[in-house]
Amino acid sequence: MASTEEIRTDLAEIVNEVAGVPADDVQLDKSFVDDLDVDSLSMVEVVVAAEEKFDVKIPDDEVKNLKTVGDAVAFIERAQTA
Amino acid sequence: MNRPSNRTVVVTGLGATTPVGGDIASTWAALLAGSSGVARMRHDWAEQLTTTIAAEVAVEPTEVLERVRARRLDRSGQLALIAALEAWTDCGLGGSSPPSEGAGDDAADADRATAGSVDPDRIGVVCASGIGGIQTLLANYDALVQRGPRRVSPLAIPMLMPNSPAANIGLAVGARAGVHTPVSACASGNEAIALAADMIRLNRAEVVLAGGTEACVHPLPMAAFGSMMALSRRNDDPEAASRPWDVDRDGFVLGEGAGMLVVEAAEHAAARGARVYAELAGAGITADSHDIAQPDPTGMGATRAIGRALDDSGLDPGDIAHINAHATSTPQGDVAEALAIRAALGAAADQVVLTATKSMTGHLLGAAGALESIAVVLALHHRTVPPTINLDRQDEAVALDIATKQRDLPAGDLAALNNSFGFGGHNVALAFRTA
Repeated sequence: MASTEEIRTDLAEIVNEVAGVPADDVQLDKSFVDDLDVDSLSMVEVVVAAEEKFDVKIPDDEVKNLKTVGDAVAFIERAQTA
Repeated sequence: MNRPSNRTVVVTGLGATTPVGGDIASTWAALLAGSSGVARMRHDWAEQLTTTIAAEVAVEPTEVLERVRARRLDRSGQLALIAALEAWTDCGLGGSSPPSEGAGDDAADADRATAGSVDPDRIGVVCASGIGGIQTLLANYDALVQRGPRRVSPLAIPMLMPNSPAANIGLAVGARAGVHTPVSACASGNEAIALAADMIRLNRAEVVLAGGTEACVHPLPMAAFGSMMALSRRNDDPEAASRPWDVDRDGFVLGEGAGMLVVEAAEHAAARGARVYAELAGAGITADSHDIAQPDPTGMGATRAIGRALDDSGLDPGDIAHINAHATSTPQGDVAEALAIRAALGAAADQVVLTATKSMTGHLLGAAGALESIAVVLALHHRTVPPTINLDRQDEAVALDIATKQRDLPAGDLAALNNSFGFGGHNVALAFRTA
């Protein structure tokens, strides 16, 4: 099972690829919209790429709850252990 | 015919990325040198097709644009943005930073911030395409079929919609006077420039970025054009395949690229001290109403387009020193156009130096009119005409003076035409004159 830091690192790579945000800026306390400037369409791309990378399902209803990088990492951790 | 207004329209900026060069300087040098941009395709899908050659861009757009900006654009949008930003910088309104230095929305903001003193409400964009964002469409269809609807990109629609290149250019330069996308197959690029002139004459804008883009070197469009028997199959000799007016021509060579011109009200250009390449004197737009794909064999629609362009610009046939012909290297089209030029200009056709730069660039479809308008503007500006290559034996049905070597134009006031015709029977002739 991947650690929190491993998930954060992999997610940071995805956010960098999709939105051009430097991977080091993708920290747990950062808001996707307010801090990282990831718009709604890019967020959809991040979610789909994350589903593939982490082999989890992130329902559309859930995406609006993933406000910070930490929210997303926590959701992925829960989904992987479920 | 009355002009809609007496506002004079001039060309103050040029930008291009083409099969023979990644910018205006390299493209123009290659055209004058008679260099072909046609080559065997490198794609692994090419070998299954009857035509395995194409004129792909000399410089990959992803080498020029910042990565995140590029991945949000269809290839046609990438090429258009590169050409537009070069033209915008060239006309003195775009600042000096190349597009590769920016990133995403920050770059758009930076471009906008350097727009100088032009009121955004007076800046327009008209960027045409013949086919649109077909590579994005087909890549997402592949994703849908192979991996399911969840894998279809949320960016697919804003990337594939035909107005995407125009809209993205508008965002980059902060254009608010109107952003348009004419679609008239291979006449689209010329139609864009004609509509830009209208925007200025009707006083809806002072400055308009106008041109066209195309990026459909993909197996589906190539198979489709192949099924129409429209493409050259001279696969063993790519550089000789595009041969307008030659007796051995056997179809066009598909090209990709973009060309953009900054079209501006003359008084606006003069007030800011802009360099003027040429005057965009007038335009003529007609439709054949003959056949969806074949040109009217009499060339009547094209004749009327040239006539209207002369009327609109107040020029006489004897004023025309040069024509960059549509001349795609198809058996029927090249002859129909030659008849049209003869019919429209009469005996004055004998004084005209013709060229077909498609012999070097291939056929850029919706970008063709834009690229060839740029060639005409530069021919007038530098008073020299690029050659038509591969014209070894001129078709006897084409009784016109075609430059097979670079040919200089005389001093004095000169005018020139650029013809573009498209599937659907669209005919657009543009008239330019020396500034």
